[in-house]
Amino acid sequence: MSDPKIEGLELKPGFKGMAQDTSSDQTMFKGVHWGKAMMWIFLLSDTFIFSCFLISYMKGRGSTPVEWPNPSEVFALDAFGVPVPLLLIAIMTFVLITSSGTMALAVKYGYEKNRKMCGWLVLATALGGLTFVGMQAFEWSKLIHEGVRPWENPFGAPQFGSFFFMITGFHGTHVSIGVIFLFIYAYKVFAGHYDEQKRGWFTSMKGDYVEIEILGLYWHFVDLVWVFIFAFFYLW
Amino acid sequence: MSEDLNNNKTIQAQSSETLTGGGAGAAPDVDYVRPAEVQDQDLYHGHSFITKWIFCQDAKVIGVQYFLLATFTGIIGLILSWLMRLQLGFPGAAGFMTAEHYYQFVTMHGMIMVVYFLTALFLGGFGNYLIPLMVGARDMVFPYLNMVSFWSFFVAVAVLMASFFVPGGPTGAGWTLYPPQTILEGTPGSGAGILLMCLSLILFVAGFTMGGLNYLITVLQARTRGMTLMRMPLTVWGIFTATVLAMLAFPALLVGALMMSLDKILGTSFFMPTILKAGEVLEYGGGSPILFQHLFWFFGHPEVYIVALPAFGIISDLISVHARKNIFGYRMMVWAIVGIGALSFFVWAHHMYVSGMNPWFGFFFATTTLIIAVPTAMKVYNWILTLWKGNIRMNVVMLWCLGFIVTFVNGGITGIFLGNVSVDVPLSDTYFVVAHFHMVMGIAPLMVIMGAIYHWFPLVAGRFLDEKLGKWHFWATFLGAYSIYFPMHYLGFIGVPRRYFEMYDSPYMTSAVGMNEFISLAAFLVGAAQFILIFNIIKTLKTGKPAGKNPWKANSLEWLTPTVPPEHGNWGDRLPVVHRWPYDFSVPGAKEDYITQTTPPSEVLNTGVEKT
Repeated sequence: MSDPKIEGLELKPGFKGMAQDTSSDQTMFKGVHWGKAMMWIFLLSDTFIFSCFLISYMKGRGSTPVEWPNPSEVFALDAFGVPVPLLLIAIMTFVLITSSGTMALAVKYGYEKNRKMCGWLVLATALGGLTFVGMQAFEWSKLIHEGVRPWENPFGAPQFGSFFFMITGFHGTHVSIGVIFLFIYAYKVFAGHYDEQKRGWFTSMKGDYVEIEILGLYWHFVDLVWVFIFAFFYLW
Repeated sequence: MSEDLNNNKTIQAQSSETLTGGGAGAAPDVDYVRPAEVQDQDLYHGHSFITKWIFCQDAKVIGVQYFLLATFTGIIGLILSWLMRLQLGFPGAAGFMTAEHYYQFVTMHGMIMVVYFLTALFLGGFGNYLIPLMVGARDMVFPYLNMVSFWSFFVAVAVLMASFFVPGGPTGAGWTLYPPQTILEGTPGSGAGILLMCLSLILFVAGFTMGGLNYLITVLQARTRGMTLMRMPLTVWGIFTATVLAMLAFPALLVGALMMSLDKILGTSFFMPTILKAGEVLEYGGGSPILFQHLFWFFGHPEVYIVALPAFGIISDLISVHARKNIFGYRMMVWAIVGIGALSFFVWAHHMYVSGMNPWFGFFFATTTLIIAVPTAMKVYNWILTLWKGNIRMNVVMLWCLGFIVTFVNGGITGIFLGNVSVDVPLSDTYFVVAHFHMVMGIAPLMVIMGAIYHWFPLVAGRFLDEKLGKWHFWATFLGAYSIYFPMHYLGFIGVPRRYFEMYDSPYMTSAVGMNEFISLAAFLVGAAQFILIFNIIKTLKTGKPAGKNPWKANSLEWLTPTVPPEHGNWGDRLPVVHRWPYDFSVPGAKEDYITQTTPPSEVLNTGVEKT
């Protein structure tokens, strides 16, 4: 999908090419599927949502008069009797980043029309996402057991609980939605909907392997956002 | 990079060859347009009543649905404004009106008019109807998503209206919903009212995002052959840029609404500082109310331009068509729209001068605010220069256009007053502010909407609206609106504060009681005048004069469909091919005073505008 051929127009790299595409007729992004362009713009909008959340977090953390809890103590996990800071989070992050890798491979095999490999890799991505959500649920319940609530926090500023549950919850919702779609798409790949261009259940548009790439964009974005959340909550 | 620079010459040589379209050695054919890049769109055609008219995937029907629902909420907003003016002009005349009711009506009037009426009408209504037609597409690129977008808006409106019927009524915190008072007891609707408001806003943003993705991708990726960005009508440019703003500004509103709901439901303290109430410390503490103001206005200021930019675009097209003259400075107009859009993200704190901020911050935001006046003034000059020596048709559409220019200039100039910190501080929270924003983003966009209705009604319904009734409608609205808002500036100067339920015998008001009553009477008149339009539409649908094809002799593609009104799929068997911009009016040497966008250069060889 990287090299579209457009009749009557030579595609050029760099700024010249960008200016030429912009001033041409029909399409701005030459050879880019509508759905893919849509996902990019949606992700731009979603970036603003997460930016608003994280900037609010910085502002909230800066303006609360009570001291902020120390993340390496709050998020520590006992392994063999020794508290290891950030153990669970390290595993969660590793799983999520790995699932991005399997997603990228799924896209590659999808375009090669390798139905089986593509299907298994989408499924593996879905399972990685599910593991992440499961571990997040574990972390939430651990914190809740220790007395952290959205409105109060035994370790320090109550805003810690508020922002933590809200932002990881919002991100977790993104992951969960992604997981649901990954399972659906894994089914569609195995059932051969994309090979036969079977029409979608709701939209009645023809199926195509580009949909795997579109979902992949979303999945990589969710991973990238997690990296920022990780940095802001656990390392700061 | 250096390699790029070395290759510059060959790249230019190649591109000029490929763009003029000549094959190797062949003489370029003047009418050549590159072949289609993408396949013809695959459309779902509804067969039953439900798929054709209710859960419809045709952007034109969705546009009309948006239009009707937005108009319905607009009428609710209008009735609320009547009740407010009744209370303000004649305190106690409406017996049921308590201070709580008054605040609830103020809040709902503001939110309804800004978000659920103007935004939905311009982007959802005009955007859906006009974008695919004007860029030569068969439909929006994601018709199913588009249908879901409308129904999300429907649910959002239903939730908003439901808040009138819950215990405590709708929220009465003002349309800005500033915490902490919004969710504290004592503010009307601080329970279910504010929650439903937040939920409704979240639904609206979700629905709008689905629609907005459609508008953007249709403009970027689904234009017809020959339709470059710089050949698009300014209407499309305005709606497109406004949609970009909305996609980037609504996230802040979404986040603010979500955090406010959590403060209310879960008792978090995102926006709630330590509060003493009747000697008792509330459970809240440690949050920042100013944070909400930043989130709100980061949405709120671009929102002004989300309403204004489509209005700018539409008015440019209306003026050009009805003055029979090309729009003056098309490229300047496009860049002004884009520039205003970009600048609008850097001015939000001018709504917060009295919230307290570092003086240098105020200085920064005052500067950016005043810079926005430059591209805006350029646009006003260009509209006037388009009219200059034009062959003006003095019909109802043109009247609305002229009304727009006058009211917009008026509202814009008072904006320069309010943009300066030192002038704003004494004027803030007076009727001067009310007069300013109603003039600039209430009346002026409304004039455009009315002009657009009279202009495009023959396309949508195939019949002309009645001119005589239209003139009554215009003059009542225009003179009436001036009678409302012009005196209001004076009320602001003498210091009458806004958002007060009743002035009682305050020294502010004693000298202007008569004027205040006059404003209320004018408000009743203007509101009533809008029903002339509704009557006109009903009458026209039954007995109006048939319009036929391209009744205004316009150039843009929406008038060039094979059937009027256009059918699903818009263009019959073949998509139109575009050879020029939509503003070739009164071209010397041409047979008629207009050359449509689809006219090939070979038909107008002697005019000097073969390609534009």
